[in-house]
Amino acid sequence: MSLIKIKNLSFTYANAEEPAIKNINLTIDEGEFVLLTGPSGCGKTTLCRCLNGLIPHFYTGEMQGDVIIDGLNTREHPVYELAQKVGLVFQDPENQLVSLNVEKELAFAPENLGLPREEIRKRVEEALQLLKIEHLRYKAPYELSGGEQQRVAIASVLTLKPKILVLDEPTSNLDPKGAEQVLKTIKDLNEKLNVTIILIEHRLDPILPYTTRVILMNRGEIVLDSSPEKAFCSNIPEKIGVDIPVSIKLYNELSKTGVKFNKVPLCAKDAAKLLAEVLK
Amino acid sequence: MIEVINVWFTYPNGTIALRGISLRIRDGESIAIMGENGAGKTTLVKHFNGLLKPEKGLVLVDGINTKETSVAKLARKVGLVFQNPDHQLFSTTVEDEIKFALKNLGFPSEEIKERVDWVLKFLDLERYRERSPLSLSGGERKRVALASVLCVKPKILILDEPTIGQDAKQKRKLGELLKKYQEEKNTVIVVTHDVEFASKYFNRIVVMARGKIIADGPPNKVLTNPTILEESSLSPPQVTVLSHEIAKKINNFPKDIVLFDELLNEIIARLRR
Repeated sequence: MSLIKIKNLSFTYANAEEPAIKNINLTIDEGEFVLLTGPSGCGKTTLCRCLNGLIPHFYTGEMQGDVIIDGLNTREHPVYELAQKVGLVFQDPENQLVSLNVEKELAFAPENLGLPREEIRKRVEEALQLLKIEHLRYKAPYELSGGEQQRVAIASVLTLKPKILVLDEPTSNLDPKGAEQVLKTIKDLNEKLNVTIILIEHRLDPILPYTTRVILMNRGEIVLDSSPEKAFCSNIPEKIGVDIPVSIKLYNELSKTGVKFNKVPLCAKDAAKLLAEVLK
Repeated sequence: MIEVINVWFTYPNGTIALRGISLRIRDGESIAIMGENGAGKTTLVKHFNGLLKPEKGLVLVDGINTKETSVAKLARKVGLVFQNPDHQLFSTTVEDEIKFALKNLGFPSEEIKERVDWVLKFLDLERYRERSPLSLSGGERKRVALASVLCVKPKILILDEPTIGQDAKQKRKLGELLKKYQEEKNTVIVVTHDVEFASKYFNRIVVMARGKIIADGPPNKVLTNPTILEESSLSPPQVTVLSHEIAKKINNFPKDIVLFDELLNEIIARLRR
């Protein structure tokens, strides 16, 4: 059974004239690493809000169709229940952190679920270890760098043990080093714990090697859903104004001059290797 | 021209933000100031329009000491667009927002109208003329903030982190627009983390770390140098990453490439040999 099943989903915010997303049909299986991208205002964030029930329970508007998360229809189950299936991490970690220190921050969600003390302790320790932030345990969020804050934000949703992690531009407010740390964490969660990842990003190059699937949105609709290789060799990204990762751009440009690699490179290392073969 | 001569600056809380900065920016240059959070980038550019005055040292804008003039006087020459548009937008319509600075600077009403029309067109904001800036998206609000500064046509235009929240297409547009403005003999200065943006649209990169300038030169010298990048927590542009990987496999392949077309031409030249 698919972990996420979306059927004929449309949503129009209250007071808006046009739907923010329309006719979305999508199934995602356990363990997938999905890159979701598209120009500003294309509906990515709205789609994410549908995944953990923020839509329709929190945002008002008109929703059509159904979203089924691990067997639960989001219309029929409250956000706190869905939050145990889907963890949502936002662009700006400061908006998400509420406690005075990191340990309390991590305990916050499981305490709210009323879990037993010992279980809360266990989950907090696991999350601290997993994100390698044990040394930050007694620090206040404002004492942390942006990259550290974002890892704390991820840890704080992991204490609910979600099968799905949805991250909405988690690196856009971080400097390059902070961004690198966060992306590596996301990759580890996917590879080692089989957490299903749905990542919204504009900077595509560093994450492309980890993604198993690329979904492009434009004007509220899904305009492409395929492997990363296929997605960026097509002309759709160009059309909607999404940048093509450099290694694939090189592949595409060299193809035009008649030079064919025997596969599509997803990172600089692969591209260099393929190029070396051709140049020999 | 901006001349910064051995400038030191300490915030009231005791943080020393600038430690002996010297820098000369000629008319018509395009400069990206880069470095990690807290390196002193924003503090430095706030000295260019007199918002901050040096504690030690001198800042001269076209020969005028910023300590001996007012921010209002400098505003005709130097325009600064803040990182967060919400720190500068307050009017009820986009048009009023843009008119505000022009009125304050005493432009005649006929010219105000001309400039407003020009800037709305230049930044593709005409259809938002009557809208409230607060009803626009983050990316659009950033363009309105830019419009409210650009309408003065400052000889020196400074933008703090202009690419945050902008998608690929909007970044390209912004880059081309700044290039166009610079080609009209204006100086364009950005503060940015965005190495891709800096390497594509700017001729000179100034890197700061801990209140000092640690590198100053063209993108293909500065953004390809691992020591500088390491010291300032910057990542190289993706094209440079690729050229370094290729250089590991192929003898004498140049590592100092930042532009895609340059990389492609180098490869094609080698394929033809």
